[in-house]
Amino acid sequence: MTDVTTQIPMVDYLVLDPQPHLVANQCTSCGARYFDRRNACAGCFGTSFTKADVPTDGEVRSFTIVTFAAPGVPVPFVSAIVDCHGTSVRGNLINVEPDPATVSLGMKVRLATYSLGVDDTGAEAIGFGFEPA
Amino acid sequence: MADDVFILGITMTKFGKHPDKDAIDLASEAAMAAIADGGVSMRDMGILAFGNLIGNATGQALQKQIGQTGIPVYNVANACATGATALRTVVMAIKAGEVDMGLAVGVEKLAGAGLLGARDRKPDGNTWTPAGRFGAVTGTDGRIGTETMPGVFAQVGMEYGHKYGGATFELFAKISEKNHAHSTLNPLAAYTKRMTLDEIMNDLMISYPNTRPMCSANCDGAAAAVLVSGTKLKTLSLEQQRRAVKISASVLTSDPWQEACQVLPDVNTLTKAAAKKAYEQAGVGPSDLNLVELHDCFATAELVHYDNLGLCEEGGAVDFFNSGATWRDGSTPVNVSGGLESKGHPIAATGIANVWEVCHHLRGEAGPRQIEGAKVGLAHVIGLGSACGIHILEKSAV
Repeated sequence: MTDVTTQIPMVDYLVLDPQPHLVANQCTSCGARYFDRRNACAGCFGTSFTKADVPTDGEVRSFTIVTFAAPGVPVPFVSAIVDCHGTSVRGNLINVEPDPATVSLGMKVRLATYSLGVDDTGAEAIGFGFEPA
Repeated sequence: MADDVFILGITMTKFGKHPDKDAIDLASEAAMAAIADGGVSMRDMGILAFGNLIGNATGQALQKQIGQTGIPVYNVANACATGATALRTVVMAIKAGEVDMGLAVGVEKLAGAGLLGARDRKPDGNTWTPAGRFGAVTGTDGRIGTETMPGVFAQVGMEYGHKYGGATFELFAKISEKNHAHSTLNPLAAYTKRMTLDEIMNDLMISYPNTRPMCSANCDGAAAAVLVSGTKLKTLSLEQQRRAVKISASVLTSDPWQEACQVLPDVNTLTKAAAKKAYEQAGVGPSDLNLVELHDCFATAELVHYDNLGLCEEGGAVDFFNSGATWRDGSTPVNVSGGLESKGHPIAATGIANVWEVCHHLRGEAGPRQIEGAKVGLAHVIGLGSACGIHILEKSAV
């Protein structure tokens, strides 16, 4: 097994240090937040953005338990929309049974990370999800 | 003032499996039948708007089978609103005064297509390398939520439940039960089997709370419509005028920016905006509608569109459904065709087929499933991404 030399986030809006958290591109004109690379703001067409830390806790605003997915995607898993104090985030609910009896609308959750594995160079990819708070 | 636009001829093929027909066969069947239904000829058409989202068929290929007259062809694509977009393209050409008659066609070969919206996950490479707009080192579907259509629309319905309450698994399954019951009267539907609530809830779970019969059925099919200007219609026979259906509103919207709309597609705001504009254009309100065909791509979607189309008061969709209003004997029958869940959803055909369903009732030609005395109806589609098409149709005054 390759020794872990570095950690790399699964997506660039996941920042691992000093504590794992999500960072949005925030429009300096209207405050709209985005997680992707931007050409301009979809809300006000502004082109100036700053980095904004997204709170690491929130509430499940919607979810589905996916039991049928594309080949290669392990099921079941819980996909959710989490309201992190006004910023909506898409992510899986992890460390919870994928069962409607245990997952509920409005449940409190917090950001959590997990390993996606180590590549040939020793870099470990880190993914994120939300777990019951 | 721009001329009024009427549907002169319209048809849909049987939806289902057509292994012996390609997309152009199906499109030809629908187009020629629509032209015959209108009592006109390909020579009368001034424009052709054509949609085939998943395949690569074109209007020009259709012309080569049914008539090459040199008219402009617009090949349109707008997700699940492709058919409505083709229809509206012809509406705009007539409104602009460029032509007085035109043909809109939508066709799809989708039987056995499986899960839409999701791509097979590729094995990870030997090194984690960030790529794309999110700098992702691997596929995100299944790791950062879901990209499948049943999953996305499940979340759309569950979000409504979180906001207003009462949207349970059983409630969504009951919506599906209604549409499957309606389908038993529609010989052109892909599936016409009545299903009990138990059967629906215990069927294969695709993405909670959507089981398989709560998902739109992938199938083959085509639909076509011949549109005519009001001025031209007056020169045609009384029978043609009697059967013509007025398009009293034709609206297309896209999704305006809202917080969260790039996290979970917002199918609500653009539908509300389209509905508002359509009611204004037509000079009617939701209570005037004798029937509605709305985009029940999943049972979880139908619920939110009761609210988005103003069929109930804001937040009242659950109570509205539970009152029985949307069954065919209710105050606002919804999806008496069986809806996408049973009639089927050959994507580019859907936005014309739902208009056909409404026209069928307004003309009094719907046979055993006729909504008696229907005078005004609404057809709605949503294409994820998003596009919303709404057409309000009125029975001829002749």
